[in-house]
Amino acid sequence: MTGLEVLAAHGATTTHEAVVFWFLAPVAVAGALGLVLVRSAVHAAVLLAVVMLSLAAFYTTEAAPFLAVVQVVVYTGAVLMLFLFVLMLVGVDSTDSLVETLRGQRLAAVALGLGFAVLLVAAIAGAISGFHPKGVGGAEAGKGNVVAIAELLFSRYVFAFEATSALLITAGLGAMVLTHREPTTPRLTQKERMLERVARGGSGMAPLPGPGVYADHDAVDTPALLPDGSIAPTSVPEYLQVSAARPHVEDVERELEGP
Amino acid sequence: MSVNYYLYLSALLFTIGAVGVLVRRNAIVVFMCIELMLNAVNLSLVTFARINGNLDGQIIAFFVMVVAAAEVVIGLAIIMSIFRARRSASVDDANLLKY
Repeated sequence: MTGLEVLAAHGATTTHEAVVFWFLAPVAVAGALGLVLVRSAVHAAVLLAVVMLSLAAFYTTEAAPFLAVVQVVVYTGAVLMLFLFVLMLVGVDSTDSLVETLRGQRLAAVALGLGFAVLLVAAIAGAISGFHPKGVGGAEAGKGNVVAIAELLFSRYVFAFEATSALLITAGLGAMVLTHREPTTPRLTQKERMLERVARGGSGMAPLPGPGVYADHDAVDTPALLPDGSIAPTSVPEYLQVSAARPHVEDVERELEGP
Repeated sequence: MSVNYYLYLSALLFTIGAVGVLVRRNAIVVFMCIELMLNAVNLSLVTFARINGNLDGQIIAFFVMVVAAAEVVIGLAIIMSIFRARRSASVDDANLLKY
């Protein structure tokens, strides 16, 4: 236990704590605002990580080191990585459309938020003022934060703890059921695909031409030239054609047509 | 500084999360805003534990984290299955129950 935590455990706020707070609170608020404002979902996830890590710092200054570690490991480590995994599955380019489907909804939401914030802050200021925080040092009784939490968790809150284990198993099974997909058509084997290709006949029988064969250089984005000098359209992979390499195919076409 | 500032910060973060839920269209970002609201509540719970001088607030914050982890698993699985069915993660496109 560091000196900072001992002081916080007695409830009083120190200069150290004030420095940490006034440095990280604007960071947390800016991260939260960015989460609402940025268009890309990946940027939003990174900004949420900023908010969560600054909250973990607040937990350490508030004499809750166990929760700070759990915050980093569970929230920033596991939950946020799960978000990023799903973003990768759904497609990272899924940005929000800026079209408002309900007219005036954003304005109404911001007004509602401002009103709610004023209400909350006024309620807090009115309800608790002019008192001294006791600090958790007395409750920990010199045993340290983790031991004191464990004693409470496995005595008074043991049924809640057992219930969470049931909840976690249910959630795991639920995720498996929700994401499981029964195949509706039988999966084609390699042999069946080959038979289908032969039945189709035509130019698909031969292997695809490699890129760059008989062309002026052999990069994968350079299309191959057929014996009559024209471009073999299937020689460049289609993923390259839609991206940066497509202009190069057109360059070669232009070059061929030129003279 | 007073401990109350933690509560003000918590209220602010909660409000920003609520506005995000109302404003954003991408279901995953809406979900992130919900996580932000849960985190804000956790901060106020830890502060209340310190004010009252017992550890129950910290225990409840711990349970909130566990429940949030379970909730994220199920929520993201639901978003995945909606995305598979409708090829979109936008909350505007999930309107089959509308009329």
